[in-house]
Amino acid sequence: MAPARIAWRLAAVTDVIVETPRAKTLVLDVPGWPGHVAGQHVDVRLTAEDGYQAQRSYSIASAPEDATLALTVERLEDGEVSPYLTDELGRGDELELRGPIGGYFAWRSGDGGPLLLVAGGSGLVPLMAMVRHRAAQSSTVDTRLLVSARSSDEVLYRDELAGLAGGGLAVHQTFTREPPAGWSGFARRVDADMLRHVGPAPSQRPRIFICGPTAFVERAGDLLVGLGHDTAAIHLERFGPTGG
Amino acid sequence: MSEDARWLDGNALGGLLQELFGAEMTAAPHTCQSCGTERPVAAHRVYLGAGTVLRCPVCEQIALVAAALRDRHVVHLTGAWRMEMPRP
Amino acid sequence: MPPFSRGFRGRRVDVDPARVPPGQYVTRDFPVLSAGPTPRTPLDEWSLTISGAVEEPVSWPWEEFVALPSESVTVDIHCVTKWSKLDSTWTGVSVDTLLEGVDTDAGYVTAWCDGGYTTNVPLEDLTGGRAWIAYEYGGEPLEPEHGGPARLLVPHLYFWKSAKWVRGLQLREHDEPGFWEAYGYHNYGDPWKEQRYSGD
Repeated sequence: MAPARIAWRLAAVTDVIVETPRAKTLVLDVPGWPGHVAGQHVDVRLTAEDGYQAQRSYSIASAPEDATLALTVERLEDGEVSPYLTDELGRGDELELRGPIGGYFAWRSGDGGPLLLVAGGSGLVPLMAMVRHRAAQSSTVDTRLLVSARSSDEVLYRDELAGLAGGGLAVHQTFTREPPAGWSGFARRVDADMLRHVGPAPSQRPRIFICGPTAFVERAGDLLVGLGHDTAAIHLERFGPTGG
Repeated sequence: MSEDARWLDGNALGGLLQELFGAEMTAAPHTCQSCGTERPVAAHRVYLGAGTVLRCPVCEQIALVAAALRDRHVVHLTGAWRMEMPRP
Repeated sequence: MPPFSRGFRGRRVDVDPARVPPGQYVTRDFPVLSAGPTPRTPLDEWSLTISGAVEEPVSWPWEEFVALPSESVTVDIHCVTKWSKLDSTWTGVSVDTLLEGVDTDAGYVTAWCDGGYTTNVPLEDLTGGRAWIAYEYGGEPLEPEHGGPARLLVPHLYFWKSAKWVRGLQLREHDEPGFWEAYGYHNYGDPWKEQRYSGD
């Protein structure tokens, strides 16, 4: 699936898009980029002038069909790398990265569905690459996306998701702290009832991708197994405490 | 289930494994030599110490240890691995 | 040399370079590194044991261990992954205290820990006021993720030698490489000679 030995490459920042008060998308031009599969990530490496280095992984937000590579980064308060990426980097800056990486947490439209995508906060990033890829392929695969966020100003790609919904894509949101005014949808932590409502049923044997903080991902995975879904069909990607 | 939050899942090892083996390995199945559980690398637990340790998600038995020394990597594998390396 | 990231500094601190071993970067953080999950041994099941090339093993349960004479020290610590933390404060029992009255011909020590981790240190590097079994950090009980209830503290060597969750020191006449040493990390580990890997 992936090419042979991966190498560090220098990407150029061509645009920075503000997604939410804490998240930005870096649009990158990566000479020689071999292409990627939705769900994969890159390793980013920063080097200070005195040689100090820090490295983190970031999911690719863009569809494989795009000419540029997009990474959406959430600024973590105590982070070492994320504040640099969201506050310092601008058009014309360079960023060292390697990839694409990952074959377990990846989906090609040819893999089929139905798909259940469950996102906790910025765990939406790799799942959005899948949604974008699906759209770029004009796929009508039955896809259910459930996004959990604390409040509406933390939901990434809100307008784009609203525009993509339909044609087999159902978008569900739940707010765990402050739902938007007039909201009549889910307003609680993800639970079994919610997952049962979102579907698909286990009998439809969906491919399931869950991404977000560790506790969120573990809980959602356990709930889905409890509803009867096959463990082997559930792919998890946890954002861990490597620092930010 | 451990409440220990000081581990990453095996997806985080993807870059290093691709560097070591020249192939994507996060989907590679590994069978634990201790408890016999078979899971993909991505479903294992990564601990970062001086080097990197990959452990069985069920019993925490070591599956892989990788040390990046000055001029070489040292990699220790346990259990049963099934890796697929594309041919040119 | 990889390209610089314009404006990137990380969270590091400017200090007197004479305090920084070669290749290290000073941080105010205290990164958590480990080879495995955090053990959770209840204190009423915990003990510290001196064993091996001794006439009789000596063992202290927790209540007796923390009642031993202790010291508070301020030391710099240096991790092989290149971060250093200066002026960290610890409270613990000096290994000299633990070895009082222990007769041995051993020249080496293997520290062994809950979770299976081991590391090896020459006996003379654990004595003469150079090592402790520490149970407090920054004036507070040592947190599990940093090695609590107690860890070995040997600040003059790379910090992988300061084994977390220590449960015993095995005195030996022959040196035996510990966990990381067996994978190619330096057998001794002097940060001032940058002894990170075997052959350095």
